[in-house]
Amino acid sequence: MPIDILMPALSPTMEEGKLAKWLKAEGDTVSAGDVIAEIETDKATMEVEAVDEGTIGKILIAEGTDNVKVNEKIAILLGEDEDAGAIDAAASAPAAAAAPVAAEAPSAPAAPVAPAAPVAAEPVEDLEIPAGTPMKSSTVREALRDAMAEEMRRDEDVFVMGEEVAEYQGAYKITQGLLAEFSAKRVIDTPITEHGFTGLGVGAAMAGLKPIVEFMTFNFAMQALDQIINSAAKTLYMSGGQMGAPIVFRGANGAAARVGAQHSQDFASWYANVPGLKVVQPYSAADAKGLLKAAIRDPNPVVFLENEILYGHSFEIPDMDDFVLPIGKAKIERGGTDVTLVSWSMGMTYALKAAEELAAMGISAEVINLRTIRPLDIDTVLASVRKTGRIVTVEEAFPMCSVSSEIAYQVQEKAFDYLDAPILRVTGKDVPMPYAANLEKLALPNVSEVIDAVKAVTYTA
Amino acid sequence: MAAARKSSSGTSRTRSSAKKAGPVIAKFDKDQELHAYSEMLLIRRFEEKAGQLYGMGLIGGFCHLYIGQEAVVVGLQMAKIDGDQMVTSYRDHGHMLAMDLDPKRVMAELTGRRGGLSKGKGGSMHMFSKEKHFYGGHGIVGAQVPIGTGLAFANQYRGNGNVAMAFFGDGASNQGQVYESFNMAELWKLPVLYVIENNKYGMGTSIDRASAVTDLSQRGASFGIPGEKVDGMDVRAVMAASEKALKWCRDGKGPYILEMVTYRYRGHSMSDPAKYRSKDEVQKMRSEHDPIEQVRQRLLDNGWASEEDLKAIDKKVRARVAEAAEFAQADPEPDVSELYTDILL
Repeated sequence: MPIDILMPALSPTMEEGKLAKWLKAEGDTVSAGDVIAEIETDKATMEVEAVDEGTIGKILIAEGTDNVKVNEKIAILLGEDEDAGAIDAAASAPAAAAAPVAAEAPSAPAAPVAPAAPVAAEPVEDLEIPAGTPMKSSTVREALRDAMAEEMRRDEDVFVMGEEVAEYQGAYKITQGLLAEFSAKRVIDTPITEHGFTGLGVGAAMAGLKPIVEFMTFNFAMQALDQIINSAAKTLYMSGGQMGAPIVFRGANGAAARVGAQHSQDFASWYANVPGLKVVQPYSAADAKGLLKAAIRDPNPVVFLENEILYGHSFEIPDMDDFVLPIGKAKIERGGTDVTLVSWSMGMTYALKAAEELAAMGISAEVINLRTIRPLDIDTVLASVRKTGRIVTVEEAFPMCSVSSEIAYQVQEKAFDYLDAPILRVTGKDVPMPYAANLEKLALPNVSEVIDAVKAVTYTA
Repeated sequence: MAAARKSSSGTSRTRSSAKKAGPVIAKFDKDQELHAYSEMLLIRRFEEKAGQLYGMGLIGGFCHLYIGQEAVVVGLQMAKIDGDQMVTSYRDHGHMLAMDLDPKRVMAELTGRRGGLSKGKGGSMHMFSKEKHFYGGHGIVGAQVPIGTGLAFANQYRGNGNVAMAFFGDGASNQGQVYESFNMAELWKLPVLYVIENNKYGMGTSIDRASAVTDLSQRGASFGIPGEKVDGMDVRAVMAASEKALKWCRDGKGPYILEMVTYRYRGHSMSDPAKYRSKDEVQKMRSEHDPIEQVRQRLLDNGWASEEDLKAIDKKVRARVAEAAEFAQADPEPDVSELYTDILL
């Protein structure tokens, strides 16, 4: 029976890659473990090894092909005594169910959609990018790297340290190329010692340097919480304003994909609880670039929470020399009149998709990208709520004492009379992140939960 | 279990050759003895006054006195050069005085007044001075060690030739972040001097009950950091060892550890009656090893000062401390508007 060779997934979040090179040709025999091809992702070039022995019967994807989806057939391996004829026979055989069938998600009873005409998004003026600025495409990953490189060129006191940031080029390739340009003096591989190197960074910042401390993920920063909170955040106050810590703590935060409970948590509300810290959570590449540059220049400690899944997403960003965004300013990503959706980071993907689908149903949603969690731009949220009378928040974090709890509190305090419905929120579920694919999906928010919440607050069930 | 214990029997080799040598005692001239005497006396009298003010309810919260340990910080002060930074724990009043911070402003911080070094917002445990290179004043046991290592990192980054002195106690020497710091400091050859003030008690727990290996000078051995045990009650020994260690760090050879064997006469903090040790133990230290008494005796023996001269010094020191205490009581509390300042720049 011929064996299908499939496009492998090389990281938890990989969805597609480029089949860069075939190292074996049709007719070559291979043994298990032989390298047969090279695959490029946005993070790295990886070798693909044969897992069975046999002869390459047919190459289905030519080398140099971009955007090959994970699990797509890339070649067919023939066993002993099989010839190419077996390929056709196999092709006509019924395909076996490859993936386990997900357990049925408990679904809400189907609600009749109000028969309304589709609405267009309200126009929003972007005041942050000068009119006529050319735009270019950039991934969030590239935007973060460019932000660091630009600031390191601008200021000799800026350096980056963390696990695998230099020679490995970053565990998630955020620091790619920085070592070559800035040398090992300013791009520093640390031992796996979060508590220690975080404190070291804080000490360097107190002495006036401007460290960027990369946490491979913020899950590991829990080991360093004392230094972030007790040392970095509080020193300015405790010293009566004499000494602070101009430092950026950055790295992947929140759920990635299938990495389990200890590697999947959004820590925004933890840090946002602490006076003396600024907390930034970018969504787009422009957010990432403009806000990271601002964070590096900021004289205060800034916790900069990135999202691993967003790293590979591409966005249009302004092609200009020095694009800096203000910390503490939300952005209206989509104008609307019927309901306010407030989200940030990965939550924005659900909010924007939901807004699109809601528009088709005749519901006009305004989508606010919070971008900074602390200081919270509640004024932008309030202005929108006063217009729409309804608000739904969307985040991936646990619900208890979350950022959405705070938004709900402030909105009821400051815009109570404008509310036409209770404030609803869509959050991650109140459970440690499960590993099983179906459970993980249930634990995270999704577009239909956002739509259901909007229907509830707009009474369009 | 037995096998695990066995490994501490000392077959491992370390780079420390210095520990085998006998104690080096610097020879002090008259000026040095007089300087050490008045500096240590200032700390002693200051701390006694702080204890009094605490008893009167003028100082709140925690208050950790340095009485008995004065020779450590004064010996270091006499060995350092300008620009060398200091960072320590919450037992920090002596360190600040040794770093030439104004006793009036230190005392006013203890009483929580606007003229305090941190405008009254830091308290006994949290004072800082960029100008005098004093980086706190840290309340979490051991947290100052990576911070001091970071100060050293900045020195190396800038190539300024300075050494950071990170002070911590025998209690802190069991914290994990201390060893994380040791590793990076030696790996990157950072100019940091780790000063372990072994006063034999981590709060109420004696070092024997807290530490599997009590020779703290060798705590850097597995990282290749040289270490020495020093008589921390003898300011001359402290200075000699510190000069050597600071030179080592300044020469780019990496970190160095000095274990200062010392003793605190008072409890861990003002609220600690110190019932975990006998009165005899404390009395023996005071009468036989007091750091100030040793200098005093040498000054008299060498004919470098008379009883009258020493009384005059004492009077001067007392006047300075009294002035500080008066200021700290007369100075107003911070303006209420200060509640919301200095949170962010």
